[in-house]
Amino acid sequence: MFCEKAVELVRELHRAPEGQLPAFNEDGLRQVLEEMKALYEQNQSDVNEVKSGGQSDLISTIKFRHCSLLRNRRCAVAYLYDRLLRIRALRWEYGSVLPNALRFHMSAEEMEWFNRYKKSLAIYMKSLGGDEGLDITQDMKPPKSLYIEVRCLKDYGEFEVDDGTSVLLKKNSQHFLPRWKCEQLVRQGILEHVLS
Amino acid sequence: HMEENLRRAKKGDLKVSIHRMEMERIRYVLSSYLRCRLMKIEKFFPHILEKEKTSHEGELSSLSPEELVFAKQYMANTETYLKNVALKHMPPNLQTVDLLRSVPKPDLDSYVFLRVKERQENILVEPETDEQRDYVIDLEEGSQHLIRYKTIAPLVASGAVQLI
Repeated sequence: MFCEKAVELVRELHRAPEGQLPAFNEDGLRQVLEEMKALYEQNQSDVNEVKSGGQSDLISTIKFRHCSLLRNRRCAVAYLYDRLLRIRALRWEYGSVLPNALRFHMSAEEMEWFNRYKKSLAIYMKSLGGDEGLDITQDMKPPKSLYIEVRCLKDYGEFEVDDGTSVLLKKNSQHFLPRWKCEQLVRQGILEHVLS
Repeated sequence: HMEENLRRAKKGDLKVSIHRMEMERIRYVLSSYLRCRLMKIEKFFPHILEKEKTSHEGELSSLSPEELVFAKQYMANTETYLKNVALKHMPPNLQTVDLLRSVPKPDLDSYVFLRVKERQENILVEPETDEQRDYVIDLEEGSQHLIRYKTIAPLVASGAVQLI
């Protein structure tokens, strides 16, 4: 039956839980586009037949193929657009630099889209009030206290605090640090907020 | 302002902590507001840009100039991507997708909570179903209501009611 591959693409994304980005199914997309080409060519030849006074009972087949073409397009675009939305969420979750594992799941064009989105967002944030701009990807939760207790999950190295002193972030070391400095590291999984 | 005050205060002063805390709260509320706006712009981008295009002279835009730039870039980026990855490989009569039709529109019929700041008289409430008829209500100052957004949209714009 037609459009099976297209629906499979949509199902693939539907199965992946929110925020997860499965590998780009280049093969799947190519098959959908090939099916569209075949359907279109079949329709073209049938339309010519009908026009040259041939059987007009071909019209329902032509209509059916056209519906399949529309469905294929709808599924393909839905697949691509949903992936873009997931990739957009990655910028807000992980920051400007994506973990390698995720990058491998993106196509080159998706990477390009991501880079342009990043840039567009950066330009906007820079324009917010005054000369420095405001990084609105920070401060995702309401602040409860100024300093928080954090545990280091991975070796990170030296980390400089406001008054110039630096802290050595080694695995399993615990520190009492200003919240706003840690937020990004917590999101990246380097630090862990200890709730005691 | 607050950052300058911080620099002037002595280190270890209690005022510093409280000031800092206040600054963080302000920054959170501000960031949250701007984030929400950006999310809405991204979600409804074709409709928002269409509205901007067709708005008349003298009508205020709902977007800041920078937001408008962002919205346009988002649209161009997405359109180019879809075209290059899929659409241009499709049969010639199917290569354009009408984003205004494919992307869902904001649901203006959804219900919102509001508080009335300026007394309003004779607000026409349109019926939702065929069985109902339209009726007229007055909004008393200070009263709170749950009503369809579409009915009171112009009042939100003029500041006569406040969404809560």
